[in-house]
Parts: sequence; structure tokens; C-alpha cells
Amino acid sequence: MSAAVQDGLTATIAGVGFWTDGLPDWPSARAFAIDGTRPDAAPARPSPQLLAPNERRRAPGSVAVALEVALAACRDAGIAPETLPSVFASTHGDLGITDYMCETLATDATAISPTRFHNSVHNAAAGYWTIGTGCTEATTALSAFDATFAQGLLEALMQLATGAPAVLLVAYDTASSGLLGTVTHSEGLLGAALVLVRDGGGPRLSARLGDGAELAPPGPLQAHAANNAMVQMLPLFDALASGAARTLLRAGPHRLLSLELAHD
Amino acid sequence: MPAIAIRAFTATSALGRGNAAHAAALRTRRGGLRRNDFGPTPLPTWIGRVDGVEDAPLPSALSRWECRNNRLAWIALQHDGVQTALEAVVARHGVDRVALVVGTSTSSIGASEEAYSRAQEDETGTRRFPDDLARPIVHTPHSLGDFLQHATGLRGPCITVATACSSSAKVFAQAARMIEAGLVDAALVGGVDTLCGSVLFGFNALGLVSSAPCRPFDAARDGLSLGEAGGFAVLERAGPADTGLQLRGYGESSDAHHMSAPHPEGLGATLAMRAALDRAAIAPDAVGYLNLHGTSTPANDSVEARAVDALFPASLHASSTKGWTGHTLGAAGIVESVIALLALETGVLPGILESSVRDPACGPQIRFDNAEADIGFAMNNSFGFGGNNCSLVFGKVAA
Repeated sequence: MSAAVQDGLTATIAGVGFWTDGLPDWPSARAFAIDGTRPDAAPARPSPQLLAPNERRRAPGSVAVALEVALAACRDAGIAPETLPSVFASTHGDLGITDYMCETLATDATAISPTRFHNSVHNAAAGYWTIGTGCTEATTALSAFDATFAQGLLEALMQLATGAPAVLLVAYDTASSGLLGTVTHSEGLLGAALVLVRDGGGPRLSARLGDGAELAPPGPLQAHAANNAMVQMLPLFDALASGAARTLLRAGPHRLLSLELAHD
Repeated sequence: MPAIAIRAFTATSALGRGNAAHAAALRTRRGGLRRNDFGPTPLPTWIGRVDGVEDAPLPSALSRWECRNNRLAWIALQHDGVQTALEAVVARHGVDRVALVVGTSTSSIGASEEAYSRAQEDETGTRRFPDDLARPIVHTPHSLGDFLQHATGLRGPCITVATACSSSAKVFAQAARMIEAGLVDAALVGGVDTLCGSVLFGFNALGLVSSAPCRPFDAARDGLSLGEAGGFAVLERAGPADTGLQLRGYGESSDAHHMSAPHPEGLGATLAMRAALDRAAIAPDAVGYLNLHGTSTPANDSVEARAVDALFPASLHASSTKGWTGHTLGAAGIVESVIALLALETGVLPGILESSVRDPACGPQIRFDNAEADIGFAMNNSFGFGGNNCSLVFGKVAA
């Protein structure tokens, strides 16, 4: 076994981005988690500056939230976005577009919009990110049901362990709608991003995959966005906000990713 | 990167079930495309359809995951000793130390499409999925990974990669990182994509579907033929005395150009191919066969041909095998990796089916006819929407 795993998989969190309904950035999410403060006015929708104004209005919710948090995390880290390989993690992708595709196919299949079709791929947000930032580094898009964030974090840690000095991890899910919403439930928009680096200042994270299914009681952020499919990532963000030394993430059936955090 | 042994590999496509069917079809230049007969209102195009999926329900213990895509995954898993190789790596390392990384573009969205077309109003007047399709797990991208996790009992990391048409090439890279970092000792990788309305009518809306069998790199090519397929490989950390087939390198990149059109100078393709060669620590002239992405769309093929010509010597034998199988989207990475592995194993280097007039953009590397040669390295290119690229290098270590 390599040294990397004997010591646990480690990374430093160099930057954080966050967006959910009512808490449109990481400082406001952090303040809310610490003492319940809510910002006076929060925008209804993320408005990622990476996209041209007309694209910003038309972008699917998944793309808007993913780009918003990714850009915020890069700014927070002070790292140029185009230098970073990236991992985009989403449980369901854009549920509104899936509903549109299925509904249109059931009514008039030949009326499918070509733009909606190419936006329906699970890596749409990753694609817009690399196009918008001019990034030719590798990007991936993955899903693992309610273990999506833990598995995305593992892939980011693998990239660090095998040579990348820094990697961007972006996680998001959208609201379900239409007929699909009767079986797949997800509410609101939730996204967060981390710039993870091998060395440097910031909270130090160490991860270990093991058995188990019991999670800690939900923290404030987890309670706030309890009905979004990406709620699975919030134990980490609650721990980052509160300065907790450890937390657990669901990593698959009867599997947990155990995280230890050393704060500055 | 350290070499990774390939203990077993397999593909099921329009060419048949398992490697022997694929090797025979490639050798005899017998294609698998047929006139589109999929769905209630078939578009006038040709498809690569796997026979008999409709008649092969999942075992009852796995009926929760029932859908066309998981059926094809189950069929593909039964061939070429994949299960035996999996049992062997589990016996050597333990079930927690074997990862499951699979790729797909649409997973089981065909089941969601069917649920919409058969939706009915309940007593309150609310539209509902029919009872037999009201299973949330088949309406999410991880349907494939979750099904295989339960079907195989593996307990290592389990991920569904969904980067469109590069998906099941990237699974090799992701599993290789896990093995290199020491998170696991072995992995089941692969990919499955099945025909569905979303892709047939979606690619049609983009104007990328041909009404005839696809003709990759032909001057008169006018679009792709869609197909379905599944395939797997069992990977394990190679020992110093290991012989046989190996994953030797991978390269991943982004075009940073457009959601559904390739970079006009092939920037991302070139970066992915160079990175794969660098990781394998080989020069371009060491590659004996390159399976191209070669979708048969006007833009993709000329861009890829130019990128290949700029990087490789004229002696390279490069081809697209999509005239045999159709473009199997998220399964293209595994199916065409299997074809590259068969080229290493059998020495049969496939050419291109159906194509007859070379596009002037093609360099000498693009070969329409089959050839035979004993080669040491083979490569596979897979490029997807969003400008998502992956190239893999496979090698053969003689006993």
C-alpha cells in the first residue's frame, strides 16, 4: 500500500464557494451556520459572471449554480481557474432539462431543441466551465446517487495523490419538476465548490473510506437545504463553518467517508 | 504511471455478445448496422442495435433495477471470464479493495421516457408514472453503477462517470488513479449505453444523424449512426513479472471551445493523445494501432485526422470502427478499448467499413482496409460533448 493511503488521503482547502436559496455565498452561509444570521437580501438565482449576460439569463439552473460557486472558490483561493483540473459532481444533473426531454419526446419527439439536448448531458456544467475559463485541463462529471459528493471528493483527492498540485471540486443539484418530480424529489438550488491543494494555507482535510451508515445529527446548513439532493455534502460545510474536527459523509450502501479537519 | 494489468475484458454490441463475435466481425468486415427499427416512430437512419435485449429480463433478485440499460449491462457482464477474474481479484484483495467505475451518457433515461409516454392520472387527477416504472433508482444517472454494485457485491468506491461520449474511456483513468494512490488494488471498469429517444431525436435535432450507414473519414460522410453497447474490463495493479495486456497510459483534456462542436485545430484531442503517450513513456512511433473517435460527422473526422497527422508518423494504422457498431456514445470508450485490446491480442488491425472515397483532410494514418501486424501498443481516442477528451494507451508484455 502506498504512503498516501496509510496516512489517509489529505488535502488543504484553499478556497470555498457556496450558493443556495437565501444564502448566496460562503461568508453568508458561514454566518448563518454560526449564529443563524441571514443576509438582508439574497438574489433568487445565481448570476455567474463567467457567462455573457444573455447566456447568464438562459443558462440552466445547474450550470448557473455550478459556475457561480466554482468561480467563487477560485477567487477565494487566489488561483487562476484555467490552471485547475476539475471534478463536477451532481446526483441527478439538471432535473428540469430531463423533464423537458422526456415530456417533449412523449408529445412531439421531432420538436426537441438542439440546445436543450446538448445541455442535457451530465457534463454540461463542466463543459461551460472549461469553455468560459478557457481551461484545457481535464474535467470530469460523475454521479453516485446519495454518495455523489463523497465519491467526487475521493476522485479529487486521487488527482492530488497522483500528481496534480491543485484541483477544483464542484457539487450541485437542482429542483425536480414536472412528472419526474413525482418520483425524484429535490428542491431549490444548492451548489458548493472547493479548491483543494496539496500544500498551502487553509483547513487541512484527511479522508478515510470505511464501513457504517450512521451520520451525525444535521447541522444548520444541512437543515436549511434539507430537501435538495446535494444535501449529502453539507456535513462537511457545517463542519467547516463551525470548526469541527471531524465529520462523516455517506459514501455508498453501508459505506462512509470519514473526514478529519485541522483548522488554521 | 505504473502499469495496470487487464485480467479480463469484454464487449457486447450490434456485432454480438463477447470478444469472439467482435473479433470475427472485424476480421471478416461484417458490420452490425441495420435500418432503424427502434421505438414507435423510427427516424430514417441506421442503428447498431443489440439483439434480444427485450427478451432478457434481469434475474428476479435484481428486478428493482429493471430497464434496457441495466439489462444490457447484465448481458455484457456474462462473457469472456469477467466474473471469474472479478472473483479472483476479490479473493486476493478483499471486496472493499475493488472499485467499480462505469461510464454512461444517458444511463437508464429510456425508462424515464417510457414512464412519460405511459403516464396516467391518479384518482386526484395528478399525472403519475405507471407503477412498474415508479422506481427512483432507474431515473437517475447512477442507475448503472448502483445496479452493478448490487449485482457484483463490490464494496470499494463506486462511481458512474457521465461525460457524454468520453465516459467509459475516462473510467480507466479514474480507476488507474485509485490503484496508483493505493486506495484500491483492483477495479471493475466499463460502460453501457442503450438506444433511447433522447439520443436519437437529440442528435437528429443537431443535424448530426445520417440517413445511411455512417462512413467515417469518407469525403461524402454526412453524419453518424447511433448504436448501443456494453463492456467491461477487470484491472489490477501489475506485478514486476506480469505478462499480457496492460493499461499503460491515459490522457484527459478539455477543448475549451464549444458544447457540441470540436475545437477546429483539434487542440483538446492533441493534448489528450500527447498526455497518454507521455504517461505511457512511449514515442508516437511505438503505437501500432489507433482506434479513432471517428464519429463520421463532417467536423469531427477532419479535425481528428489533422490532429493525428500532426502527432503520428505515416506508418500508424488508424481507423474508426463506428461503421461496425455505430456510435455507442457513453459505451464507445469501453467498446473501442476492447477493439484496441483485440488488435493487440490477435494482430488484426481493423480498417473502416462503408467508406470508399478518402476525405482530402485524411493523413496516411487513416486506413480504410484491414491489416495484420504484431503490435506492442494500441491506443483509443474518445471525445465527448463539452469538449471532453480522453485517450488511452494499452500495451502487451510478452511471456
